[in-house]
Amino acid sequence: MGSTSSTLLKIPNVEELVQETGFSPAHIIRLYDRFKVLDKEGRGHLCPKDFGAIKELAMNPIRDRIISAFFSPGKETVDFYTFVKIMAHFRPVDKDRPKDPNSPEPINSRSNKLKFAFQLYDQDKDGKISRDELLKVLRDMLGMQVTEEQLESIADRTIQEADLDRDDAISFEEFRKSLEKVNIDHKMSIRFLR
Amino acid sequence: MEGVWDVALVLFQVWVSIVVGLIMLPAMFGVSLGFTDIYIKVLVKILEWATLRIQRGQKEQPTPPSQPANGIIEKEDGSMEEEIEELRRSHPKNLAGGDFTLCDVFYFCKNGIENIVEDQVTQRFTSEELASWNLLTRTNNNFRYISVRLTIIWGLGVFIRYCILLPLRVTLAAIGLSWLVIGTTLVGLLPNSNAKNWLSDLVHITCYRICARGLSATIHYHNKENRPKKGGICVANHTSPIDIVILANDGCYAMVGQVHGGLLGVIQRSIVRSCPHVWFERSEMKDRHAVAKRLKDHIADKTKLPILIFPEGTCINNTSVMMFKKGSFEIGGTIYPVAIKYDPQFGDAFWNSAKYNMVSYILRMMTSWAIVCNVWYLPPMTRQDGEDAVHFANRVKSAIAYQGGLVDLSWDGGLKRAKVKEFYKEEQQKMYSSMIVGSDSHEAFVDPM
Repeated sequence: MGSTSSTLLKIPNVEELVQETGFSPAHIIRLYDRFKVLDKEGRGHLCPKDFGAIKELAMNPIRDRIISAFFSPGKETVDFYTFVKIMAHFRPVDKDRPKDPNSPEPINSRSNKLKFAFQLYDQDKDGKISRDELLKVLRDMLGMQVTEEQLESIADRTIQEADLDRDDAISFEEFRKSLEKVNIDHKMSIRFLR
Repeated sequence: MEGVWDVALVLFQVWVSIVVGLIMLPAMFGVSLGFTDIYIKVLVKILEWATLRIQRGQKEQPTPPSQPANGIIEKEDGSMEEEIEELRRSHPKNLAGGDFTLCDVFYFCKNGIENIVEDQVTQRFTSEELASWNLLTRTNNNFRYISVRLTIIWGLGVFIRYCILLPLRVTLAAIGLSWLVIGTTLVGLLPNSNAKNWLSDLVHITCYRICARGLSATIHYHNKENRPKKGGICVANHTSPIDIVILANDGCYAMVGQVHGGLLGVIQRSIVRSCPHVWFERSEMKDRHAVAKRLKDHIADKTKLPILIFPEGTCINNTSVMMFKKGSFEIGGTIYPVAIKYDPQFGDAFWNSAKYNMVSYILRMMTSWAIVCNVWYLPPMTRQDGEDAVHFANRVKSAIAYQGGLVDLSWDGGLKRAKVKEFYKEEQQKMYSSMIVGSDSHEAFVDPM
């Protein structure tokens, strides 16, 4: 319906959001409308159950990890501001942004997108993907379709390929190096049509 | 004091005679005096003007052109396999299919985030968004003062809708429903005969026509030669309880449903006196065989009216058709598919039962501009040899979706309230694992029941 001043007024801290996340006001309104739809009881914040109600998300094998990415450790709710900040990770990279060494790295930089993906693996947030954590992810993605041995051999193989300092875990740098040729911008970005 | 009462009485008489003469009598004979057509034409002109004014007003603020896109974000068309292959192509190891790579998680992650922003199912249970405002407050999410003229027209619209149209429509609906109850009870007293059936049809159609006028409904029927015949089953997509009025304006059907209490129960009990409808007690609904048997018996009797069923089981917002429950397709007999598409410009017909109860919904209907819809009768379909009910149901659903210009979804409308079964997640896991481990038992995606 187009961006208008009256909806923008309803959203708290809109200018800050635009500054920090780089979303245009029109897109923030889109996200706000979506937030309101998900927040069925109109409490002003979302809890994991609200995400769980999204039907297509429910069939995603790693849905619990994606959902918990929205909630800071220990918190059971996420407000609109944080919601948009997390979504900002998936904004397409701004190709023509001037490289200003003094300004903080934008949320949707290649590095931050990789960090987001890394945290899906590294649930205890110790900066490394241990063998156990890798096994857990594989179990999520493959379920009952493969045997325990197959899971373990896949995990071993993956660590072998990526683990350069031989500490039996994948650090963020090793993760980044392993994926340096992948077009992160394309694969971890959401483009608004309008 | 007396004078006031006299004036009031005269006004009332004038009012009643207008209603009877200009609306009820033509409705009984199926004649249209053309008022509604003129009204709709005028309305279209006004809305077009309003749209132009809004667009002109919006040009001051540069906004992206509003496309009637199906979604708000760009979605990749590829399947899981194609997407993950593409991800891996840029991986240094370049594995030719099979084996796990760290970047696989990107696919699921992006997919998940896309669904958080927009998913195919949740949006079907909220009203369709309009490309341009239709001067109803309720559809205006971003009301902004554009011009004095627009606001005046809007205000006039509010006055007309609430003070003139609403009382008129409520009167008509009241007359229509009470006539339905009285008429069918009277007809029910007659002994069974052809005359009784003819009278019953007449009473039903008249009352539904009056109710349709009570909603300012303009209905265009297409392909009337495919109209459902006796002994058949009519299936249609479901958007609101008004669907029944829409369809019954052009034919007589035997209704199927649960026994209700209250006003609806009164109507149910009286109409079943004049011609056989199929009403189930709550307890009977659980027994699928009993239900199927009653329906089978009904259609086996070729003198009985065709059954009207809405296989989706719940109201969808008229942008898509959701999974058809297979029960109606197992009974046998000829299926007459019907597609109903409302024009949202004049009034949103979708009943969001989570948001509005029946009374508020009816009030919303009666304070909209009008209900304009198209009804397409599709050629009859029967179950082919060796075809199972689920496949047949999907075939009918696709035909209806195609005709009505609706999106054909396999999702179950029951998901409005229920949780998604683990089954769907397992299917995703199966698909992914066949890429990793290369299993031989790669089953096709089957709809659960």
